Amino acid sequence: MSRHTLSVLVENRPGVLMRITSLFARRNFNIHSLTVGPTERSEISRMTIVVDVESQPLEQVTKQLNKLINVLKIVELEDDASVQRELLLVKVRADASVRGEVVDTVALFRAHVVDVSPDAVTVEATGSPGKLAALLRVLEPFGIRELVQSGSVALARGGRAISDRALRSA
Amino acid sequence: MAHEPISAPPISTQPAGEQSRDGLPLDPTLPVASLTGAQSLIRSLEAVGVEVVFGIPGGAILPAYDPLMDSPHVRHILVRHEQGAGHAAEGYAVATGKVGVCMATSGPGATNLVTPIADANMDSVPMVAITGQVAAAAIGTDAFQEADIAGITIPITKHNYLVTDPAEIPRVIAEAFHLAATGRPGPVLVDVAKSALQARTSFEWPTSVDLPGYRPVVRPHGKQVKEAARLIAAAKRPVLYVGGGVVKADAAPELRALADLTGIPAVTTLMARGALPDSHPSNLGMPGMHGTVAAVAALQKSDLLITLGARFDDRVTGELSSFAPGAKVIHADIDPAEIGKNRAVDVPIVGDAKLVLAELATAVVAEFEANGRADIGAWTAQTDAWRSTYPLGYTAPDDGTLSPQHVIERIGAIAGPEAVYVSGVGQHQMWSAQFVKYENPRTWLNSGGLGTMGYAVPAAMGAKVGRPDTVVWAIDGDGCFQMTNQELATCTLNGIPVKVAVINNSSLGMVRQWQTLFYSERYSNTDLHSGDHSTHSAPVPDFVKLADAYGCVGLRCERPEDVDATIEKAMAINDVPVVIDFRVHRDAMVWPMVAAGVSNDQIQYARGLSPEWDREADSDGVSSDDPAAQKVIS
Repeated sequence: MSRHTLSVLVENRPGVLMRITSLFARRNFNIHSLTVGPTERSEISRMTIVVDVESQPLEQVTKQLNKLINVLKIVELEDDASVQRELLLVKVRADASVRGEVVDTVALFRAHVVDVSPDAVTVEATGSPGKLAALLRVLEPFGIRELVQSGSVALARGGRAISDRALRSA
Repeated sequence: MAHEPISAPPISTQPAGEQSRDGLPLDPTLPVASLTGAQSLIRSLEAVGVEVVFGIPGGAILPAYDPLMDSPHVRHILVRHEQGAGHAAEGYAVATGKVGVCMATSGPGATNLVTPIADANMDSVPMVAITGQVAAAAIGTDAFQEADIAGITIPITKHNYLVTDPAEIPRVIAEAFHLAATGRPGPVLVDVAKSALQARTSFEWPTSVDLPGYRPVVRPHGKQVKEAARLIAAAKRPVLYVGGGVVKADAAPELRALADLTGIPAVTTLMARGALPDSHPSNLGMPGMHGTVAAVAALQKSDLLITLGARFDDRVTGELSSFAPGAKVIHADIDPAEIGKNRAVDVPIVGDAKLVLAELATAVVAEFEANGRADIGAWTAQTDAWRSTYPLGYTAPDDGTLSPQHVIERIGAIAGPEAVYVSGVGQHQMWSAQFVKYENPRTWLNSGGLGTMGYAVPAAMGAKVGRPDTVVWAIDGDGCFQMTNQELATCTLNGIPVKVAVINNSSLGMVRQWQTLFYSERYSNTDLHSGDHSTHSAPVPDFVKLADAYGCVGLRCERPEDVDATIEKAMAINDVPVVIDFRVHRDAMVWPMVAAGVSNDQIQYARGLSPEWDREADSDGVSSDDPAAQKVIS
């Protein structure tokens, strides 16, 4: 199995997300994570789809996606040529006796405490999946009450934009 | 931004200013300041050049049926079941090359279209389905006759729309027809809320469509074509593997030119029967599970597959890993996603088959002249020998009953190659693909990909509407016929005189064949009691009486000596539909056959009999009475 990150420009129309997820389900492709949001142009949305490819080659995934009328462009973002970030919110058990220790740990990861209560702090962190996993490992001994994590968002490194012609379509 | 020109409407010759009965300009492409969404919908259909719509009204689509009644351009044919409307639209589309149109109401009307939509999607049939939807404000409330048909059909349409704003209707209809007809053709569904049909709006026919995410590549890449020509010149055992895309692209003349030019043997898949005349010396017939020995063997032993608008379907390849093991592959298709999907490809060519074939012919001539060409004489001698040694055949039953293959062969011989033949799905479909000799494209219609029983009668109806001067035969099974035969009423009442040959073996014949071969002759639920062999007091139904009840001429044929006369009698009746109940032998089986999931090398031309070219391999093979287990790999 291999993991790939696709950046997909789509028309901002009702039902586009359903068309994409329906295609993945029907073709037996595996979504690891999917995020979608607006772009610099209101009529266009951008999805970052992390796919796990097993039997089907990635090429078949991108070709099938390209057949969707609302899909405008697909680019594969290689790990070493792109910046990929996930967002993590995690609520950690922390009363007055360990709060300082938790805050120090959080600072090491350049994360932030965004909410405090007598027995817990909520931490916001962004980073690569690896960094967030490391943070969670360190916070685990304090006791994690709950957490929520986003899928990846990603941009290619360098000055070019996905809508530039020069970027090779997947 | 892509601005694709929309083909000029064929009916804009009316003088401007002339008005139709509803007070709107007769020329449907002229703008209208105020009209209903329903009027806008019908004008859009007129503007795009629709001649005929197959459909049934109901609550949500009702507003559209009122202006439809006044349309001077669009003929509506009232069917008896929405599935019939969908298949009729398909039959019309395949027979004419135009976009077929069907219409239904919301909820059950729309869901009854699901099967023909899926069918059109699998077989790349250009079709637009228009459905009514509950009022926009009621969507999502589980209103009466509400179904999310746009959601339901996402995986089985090329694209679909839900229209709640009446101002969008002309643009959406223009886009829907453009999408259905161009690139890889397919079905597009347009679901229109009743409130949008009832609201007032303005009408302006778009001069172009703007679909930035849709840019089908039609012109092949010159470098790839040249590389294909190089492989063709070097190949010693090449085969033209011709699929339905060649028919869809109207590329039969270009295919014939390439076949004549190169002398390369050709196989025509189930969807491509007629793409190259059966009388053409290069044509080895149909490949696949029930293909000819010559076609199957040619693919297996080939060193180069020149694949044209075909998709390496499992019914052609058999076990994929052992399909054409020694062949390099050129794969030309309008849909890039088909290339490399099932079989790795050496030379991919994305493009329209008509352009690909024309450019390939030019490139091949240049390559032959520049660098010469490998001798394929031994190969064509071999494929010719397979064809003459293993012709399609059948054994007439020894009890004097009708042989289904003989009936179908005689229909083909008497109706001739200019007629259109439409089948259902099953044994009769395979025999029709095998024993009717096709000389022209768009004369063979069937449900290939989805395998929809019940396709024949409504699709034949649609074909006859599209080509009223052509003889149209539905060759149907007794099982299939009972799924959609209510459309005979539509045919009778609308003057659509199709001819229906019911190949009546009183059972679900193909399933029965598999039960014979693979389930120890345990015939679970395949006996229909509709013909001879019925253990019921009399066959149910009596197809002759049923034909009579529908206002058709019903004929019955039970003896071999009556076959020709019965067919000729049907040929002489051209004012009403004719139904012939051919009571055929029930144990006839479709041969040759490659059992599901095994290698094509294990083809048998009759039960337990494999071609001689494999016999010498028996020494290392397994001998078994079970045909599926026989190992005869060369």
